[in-house]
Amino acid sequence: MSRKPEVKKGRRRGAAARGVPVAPWRFYLVCGLILAAFTVLLGRVLSLQVLDTDRGREFLQGQGDARTVRTAEIPAYRGLITDRNGEPLAVSTPVVSLWANPQVLAQEKAGQIARLAQALNTTSAALGEKLHNYRNKQFMYLARHLVPSTAREVLALGVKGVRGEREYRRFYPAGEVAAQLVGMTNLDDQGISGMELAYDEWLRGVPGRKKIIKGLRGDVVREIGEVSSAQPGRDLQLSIDLRLQHHLHRELQRAVRISGAESGSVVTLDVHTGEVLAMANHPVYNPNARQEIRPGTTRNRAMTDVVEPGSTMKPLTLVAALESGRYTTQSMIDTSPGWIRVGGKTIPDPRNYGEITLGRVVEKSSQVGISKVALDLGHEPIWDVFARMGLGQVTGSGFPGESAGLLPNRPRWHLTEQVTLAYGYGLTATPLQIARAYSAFANGGLLRPVSMLAVGDELPHADRVMQPETAREIMSVLQAVTESDGTGTRARVPGHRVGGKTGTVHKVGSQGYEDNKYVALFAGVAPADDPRVVTVVVIHEPKGDAYGGGAAAAPVSARVNDGVLRLLDVAPRSGERFDVATLASGGAMQ
Amino acid sequence: MGDYVRQMPDAGAFTRRPSVWQRVHIDLPLLVLLMLLTAYGLFILYSASGQEMGAVVRQGRYFLVAYLVMLVAAQFNPTTYRRWAPLGYLVGVAALLGVMFFGVGAKGAQRWLSLGGFRFQPSEIMKLMVPLTVAWYLADRSLPPAFRYVLVALAILALPAVLILLQPDLGTALLISSSGLFVLFLAGIGWRYIIGAVVLAIASAWPAWMFVLKDYQKQRILTLLNPESDKLGAGWNIIQSKTAIGSGGWPGKGWLNGTQSQLDFLPESHTDFIIAVLAEEFGLRGVLVLLGLYLLILLRGFWIGLRAQTTFGRLAAGSLTLTFFVYIFVNMGMVAGLLPVVGVPLPLVSAGGTSVVTLMLGFGVLMAVGTEKRTVANS
Repeated sequence: MSRKPEVKKGRRRGAAARGVPVAPWRFYLVCGLILAAFTVLLGRVLSLQVLDTDRGREFLQGQGDARTVRTAEIPAYRGLITDRNGEPLAVSTPVVSLWANPQVLAQEKAGQIARLAQALNTTSAALGEKLHNYRNKQFMYLARHLVPSTAREVLALGVKGVRGEREYRRFYPAGEVAAQLVGMTNLDDQGISGMELAYDEWLRGVPGRKKIIKGLRGDVVREIGEVSSAQPGRDLQLSIDLRLQHHLHRELQRAVRISGAESGSVVTLDVHTGEVLAMANHPVYNPNARQEIRPGTTRNRAMTDVVEPGSTMKPLTLVAALESGRYTTQSMIDTSPGWIRVGGKTIPDPRNYGEITLGRVVEKSSQVGISKVALDLGHEPIWDVFARMGLGQVTGSGFPGESAGLLPNRPRWHLTEQVTLAYGYGLTATPLQIARAYSAFANGGLLRPVSMLAVGDELPHADRVMQPETAREIMSVLQAVTESDGTGTRARVPGHRVGGKTGTVHKVGSQGYEDNKYVALFAGVAPADDPRVVTVVVIHEPKGDAYGGGAAAAPVSARVNDGVLRLLDVAPRSGERFDVATLASGGAMQ
Repeated sequence: MGDYVRQMPDAGAFTRRPSVWQRVHIDLPLLVLLMLLTAYGLFILYSASGQEMGAVVRQGRYFLVAYLVMLVAAQFNPTTYRRWAPLGYLVGVAALLGVMFFGVGAKGAQRWLSLGGFRFQPSEIMKLMVPLTVAWYLADRSLPPAFRYVLVALAILALPAVLILLQPDLGTALLISSSGLFVLFLAGIGWRYIIGAVVLAIASAWPAWMFVLKDYQKQRILTLLNPESDKLGAGWNIIQSKTAIGSGGWPGKGWLNGTQSQLDFLPESHTDFIIAVLAEEFGLRGVLVLLGLYLLILLRGFWIGLRAQTTFGRLAAGSLTLTFFVYIFVNMGMVAGLLPVVGVPLPLVSAGGTSVVTLMLGFGVLMAVGTEKRTVANS
């Protein structure tokens, strides 16, 4: 750098004329350095943003997404449950559940919390306590399943940390009428009982997934797209006819109220298809008011609870007798002197029926007569018929908690066990199993699996469990039970012929059979001349004198069948003589 | 190398009548570039401030004031600045002393003076006054300056630098020191000084580490070397900003769509770390545009310096432009994880009033230098 000649202070005018004494190359050097620096910066940004070095763009993009992008579930609409005619039995309606991040909410002003508490119908103190309990958590529900408009009002308060979440709530239009059958879901929309549970997967659908963005404090939520849309659940059409269901429910409630019974079940099966047309139980519950549900009311007793079927099994024993070839319905059985001793036990009839036909034995429900037949046949053919007709096996309904009953096959059969089996003790069955067995009589000896779903045109495979003639003969015996002077005369339905069989069983208590607690049963087919339905009525512990199958269950069967046949549009027999006495006796029940 | 006589490629400029712009003392290219930059900055700020129009309006108002200050400043003759720079310097030093005793602070540092409800940072004004004063001092000496003048110049810049360092505000202290040093450099101090200074700086690194740097400053340097060591504490800023930049890619995520910036992960997103917002939302393209604008402004600044009529003008213009560059480099280096975290805003883009006004005042001085009447006639 050459030295410029010294000039006196403030004498740079002269210098300016020749250019200022600062080397331009220093400027150029500086410019060059700046360019270099910019290049370095750019290179840095480039490596972070575009070039894929080991911790470059992809890693950092992943990091960015990892901080903010979350996937959340889109609730799927749960399928409808309808009856066979499309009447809704369970529907899902959109609701909003409110939740809060307690840590954020705790920092909110007291006034806002008070307003929130008021909007949620609770007190500030209660909300404060909940906040305290959840102080270390990030999530707590404030209220679940609110009506959307109510939830909107609460959200409009703008309380920090409070958010809404869309959910579906299950509503049961039929309420208690079909409660145990349809079942219910829990708060999280999962089936927990009944058909809701059995077909949960079918009804549930597939929840969708969406991507959301959450902020640092987890409170900013923005949807950025759907990963997969929610697949709504499929609808489920039950075999139930809601009209029949209502009718059965009403009749059962009435019967239980009148007889003071402890519990009861009625089930009506379509004899040709094996479909359950209606199934009512007592006690009942309201599935729309979860808080008030008492345990024990939720069981679908017609399928989960077993009884000893008692005399309703006598027609099955009759099948064994007919199949043995040694008996016809006209074979004479001597029931004198009105009792019989078997294996050291006395088995009595109500009175001495004398010598009667085998058909009359069943009509009169003679213990002595059926015992004599059983002793003659041995236990094997009887047990075989019982097993063939589905006792001791599940009905194929797929209903959760369905009981298979118990049909024990013993290594050694005592004589007593042999005869008690013939009149329906020493085995257990559900009302539905009894109904199914009876449907074989009504269906010309074909036994179908029970279906809780509408089967449509494709009937499930049926097993032939007896010859059609046998079934026909049993049907005529069953019809005779309700006519002339059989035990089931009070099951008669005006304008129709019905058949059936009564049963009266001592209840089993802790000390064996209870003396004064009974189960009254009636298994009936209607109409008897052209069967459409089988109805089984089971009444537990009817009070008073009318405790037997003929007195407590048969009238219920009459009223049920009367309504069912009317609802099914079954024409009454023309010219049928209305039996005033039947009507009167049915009326006497009231 | 030995020739100080400037080769005028455009001798006609001396005879040409001054243009309108020259008469109103406005350097049009610089003004246009600045306006583009500030407009771009406001755009980014809207996103960076959480889409708050208020912040943009406030910053717009600062810009308005700053532009006015710049235009007014441009009207003065550079000689005026030369004359008044020492006084401004003394006032500034007094104010810095005032900060030491009466200042108000934030975040553990005492940087503001409160005058009747109006808070200002004396250190800001020193960013301008130090280079001007050093330029004033050296412009009257023979150049390159003799050793004793260099010492005096160093003293001039060291006094405020130390005062600011005590606030403590390392970033501004470095900025001010470097602006004074640039004047010295442009004044043509010998290479032996430069090399000596570099050696001294390296030699003093260890004692500085041991005795001068405060713990939080050491922490920042350590964090730079390994941000993952304290992810949620000291490393947070740098990790988040790197993530923001890196996840932008070439196209960016789109305006207002940056997750890092919009969702509060990126701290100081509207002030010191605003370029991370830009990089995330506008991608590399946006960064290139910004760097391009900066580069053009810098080149224009140097061009003005080169063509300046006086030594003072030349030194002042050159060092002010360099200071502007240091701003950019330190801020971007910090956000991109190349330099330790020091509180230096991205010039004319980060939110903030004082720094904008100071910077614009500097550009006003630049314009004053650039539009000074050609003094051929006086020679």
